[in-house]
Amino acid sequence: MMRLSWFNVISLTLGFAFLYLPILILVVFSFNESKLVTVWAGFSTRWYGELLQNQAFLNAAWVTLKVAVFSSTLATILGTMAAYVLVRAGRFPGRTLFSGMVYAPLVMPEVITGLSLLLFFIGIGLDRGILTIVLAHTTFSMCFVSVVVSSRLVTFDRSLEEAALDLGCSPFDAFRLVTLPNIAPAVFAGWLLAFTLSLDDLVIASFTTGPSSTTLPIKIFSAVRLGVSPEINALSTILIAIVTVGIITASLLTKRNALGRGYDKKTVRRGQ
Amino acid sequence: MMRRAVLIAVPYFWLMALFLVPFIIVFKVSLSDTALAIPPYVPTLEWRDFRTFLSQLDFENYIWLTQDDLYWKAYLSSLKIAFLSTLMTLAIGYPVAYAMACCPEKWRSTLMMLVILPFWTSFLIRVYAWMGILSNEGFLNQFLLWAGIISTPLTILNTNTAVYIGIVYTYLPFMILPIYATLDRMDASLLEAAEDLGCSRIGAFWLVTVPLSRNGIIAGCFLVFIPALGEFVIPSLLGGSRTLMIGKVLWEEFFNNRDWPVASAVAVVLLLILIIPIMLFQRNQQNQAEAGR
Repeated sequence: MMRLSWFNVISLTLGFAFLYLPILILVVFSFNESKLVTVWAGFSTRWYGELLQNQAFLNAAWVTLKVAVFSSTLATILGTMAAYVLVRAGRFPGRTLFSGMVYAPLVMPEVITGLSLLLFFIGIGLDRGILTIVLAHTTFSMCFVSVVVSSRLVTFDRSLEEAALDLGCSPFDAFRLVTLPNIAPAVFAGWLLAFTLSLDDLVIASFTTGPSSTTLPIKIFSAVRLGVSPEINALSTILIAIVTVGIITASLLTKRNALGRGYDKKTVRRGQ
Repeated sequence: MMRRAVLIAVPYFWLMALFLVPFIIVFKVSLSDTALAIPPYVPTLEWRDFRTFLSQLDFENYIWLTQDDLYWKAYLSSLKIAFLSTLMTLAIGYPVAYAMACCPEKWRSTLMMLVILPFWTSFLIRVYAWMGILSNEGFLNQFLLWAGIISTPLTILNTNTAVYIGIVYTYLPFMILPIYATLDRMDASLLEAAEDLGCSRIGAFWLVTVPLSRNGIIAGCFLVFIPALGEFVIPSLLGGSRTLMIGKVLWEEFFNNRDWPVASAVAVVLLLILIIPIMLFQRNQQNQAEAGR
């Protein structure tokens, strides 16, 4: 588009250094031998070993994983439905309210969402625990899923669905056989987003959790309040590694998928 | 037809039950009295008919918010911190987004990926990473001492400066991405035309590039400003005891003082402050979606 000047190069370098240096320092110092987190005393995986001995962290990790799997799956189903309704269902009574409810949670401060859900759960007499965290996480992450999926649905050619219907498909079969395969990368990206949002959430989980179900972010937060610790550095590094591998795999998968579609188009055209 | 109704009803009622109804309950609790009980409030509202309902409305928690200056100071200081950090994020994010749009085509998707990746990495961990950098014996002070720029360590952690750094750092991708998206769509021949017509490069930037990326700038600013206003994690980990932000006040009111009615009133007022920027943001998004089609 434009020429790359020295000013551009400097702003790119500084910008990305700012984004990545803090994470890099954290990862490097998780392999530090010393208990003093800011003084390098040699390479060691000691803190990873101690982390694996820490039963409280392992329990919290298990709770977090369960919550993330259930809530992201539920959020993907509901979010895809919501996206389909917004893009395809046309007019219906209360549509404005519906689209408002889909978009508002995206920017709602977490303290408000958390407080309101807690008061709601107490109001209906639901015991707080894993179930309430799953319900809360599903609600806010389904909105992120529906934004991701609806942006894909908007660009997807509607006449393909209509052709399937004309050829005798039921609406459900048309969705299953035509629409779903086409929006699958976006649905998967939405699931992944919902999963990481749930894995990461501190504020809403703190409000909606019960005494028996502590999630990893709650555990990390209470440990971190006392200051920087090498064990938390090790735990953070593990989490960063999982997310990075997951995202890179996902982007490679969707890229191959896109390439595959391009190839199909070419062969179809050649066949004509 | 039946299927369509079910398809609409399921997400609709889910959001009604778990998003809209809880807000109504917050509003109701904000009008209740505090009590030493479980749950620690006594509802003062009961539905008989409209007139008794109106006469029962009791705004004492809201009056309390105006009487104790902790609250309005916290609102004002949150607005100030969110506003200034949005400007700083824009000042840092715009050059990065601009440089990305100037890069050769084949690098761009990798650069995009590099901007998005920190967003997927845990928010809590990214804020935590700065604690080790900004503390008195942290990496920044070690570096500055080593370079001979300062002779005694600077106190940055647990001050407002650290809060600004934390907000700018964690929300930077939200600023870069929408601006980059508008710059990427821009027609480069417009710049050539401006330069052919006698504009300097800097003049062309201000007269052509900036106005054309307006929607991206607006979207980015809202995406930073709105969540920053109610931020809790950053002020509580990086800020000090004197850092006043309303998200932190709400949290402490709820968990430490166990004053649920006042916490609810704080939430309702915060929501009222946010309604205008949220509606402006949605209108900007709609305009952009329509312009994109």
